[in-house]
Amino acid sequence: MPQVHDRGGWPNEDPIDQEEHNLSDWERRVDAMHNVLSEKGLRRTDEMRRAIESLDPATYEACSYYERWTAALEIMLLEKGVITREELDGKFEEIRNRV
Amino acid sequence: MTIPETPGNGHDGHDHEDHPGMAHDEEMGYYALRARAMEALLVEKGICSPDEIQGMVDRVEARSPADGARVVARAWADPEFKALLLSDPEAALAQLGYSLPVTTPKLDVVENTDKLHHLVVCTLCSCYPRALLGRPPDWYKSLAYRSRAVVDPRGVISEFGLDLGDDVEVLVLDSTADLRYLVLPRRPEGSQEMTEEQLAELVTRDSMIGVTNARSPQAVGAG
Repeated sequence: MPQVHDRGGWPNEDPIDQEEHNLSDWERRVDAMHNVLSEKGLRRTDEMRRAIESLDPATYEACSYYERWTAALEIMLLEKGVITREELDGKFEEIRNRV
Repeated sequence: MTIPETPGNGHDGHDHEDHPGMAHDEEMGYYALRARAMEALLVEKGICSPDEIQGMVDRVEARSPADGARVVARAWADPEFKALLLSDPEAALAQLGYSLPVTTPKLDVVENTDKLHHLVVCTLCSCYPRALLGRPPDWYKSLAYRSRAVVDPRGVISEFGLDLGDDVEVLVLDSTADLRYLVLPRRPEGSQEMTEEQLAELVTRDSMIGVTNARSPQAVGAG
């Protein structure tokens, strides 16, 4: 059985949904963070792919596209030691309590 | 390694398009907050500034299939340019003033003919020639497209309204992190007299992915 991200040839008879959704501001900023970090040499596409592909299957299936990108960004930043989990969890709580 | 929590708010879909921006914080889900926390830390640590991130948002927004269409129109109009585009895309793009960001993966341009039709997919994720087409459409990233394009390309293409004859070979190209594809669609019949600018009007995003052909001159009222 291929891994969850490896979709080529999976049984699927769904029609292709051609409707577009407008990106939210946070999705645009996640996309931009990836690009900015790439330009600074802190993120490469193959690293990004490995991070996304390391998501557990349930998370992968449940997440929207930029939710996966967010999860992958977190994995990369933690692995590279750019930020620590403690810092991130702390900032997350701080922002969640504020909003 | 997995992320710490699975909050279960994942959904494909339809965000609050009437309410873009951060003004509606109460609507922000787990990942939106997580992203905001990462951005705040990156800024605090001096790794990047909010202006850099906004500047990148603006740069990405500025890219659109119009860029790819301009390239295709030039290739239709200028055989020498077309030959260069197919053999050395970067050199050809440089002639049009496009310099791809250094982080851009290698680009390959493939030509559709009356005998051979290319279809581009990324079965693993969403690799796409963003430098020339902007962000990929949602359907390109969908599980249905990623699953089906490689086993039923003709069926997928017909869903987009193009029925390829049995005499046309279909070649599916699976993009990778290191190699992206741009389809050079067939030049439509009846477009001989059109200017390059008019030709570009015929080139759609979908025709450069290979799910359709370029529009006919009649379709844009130029026939």
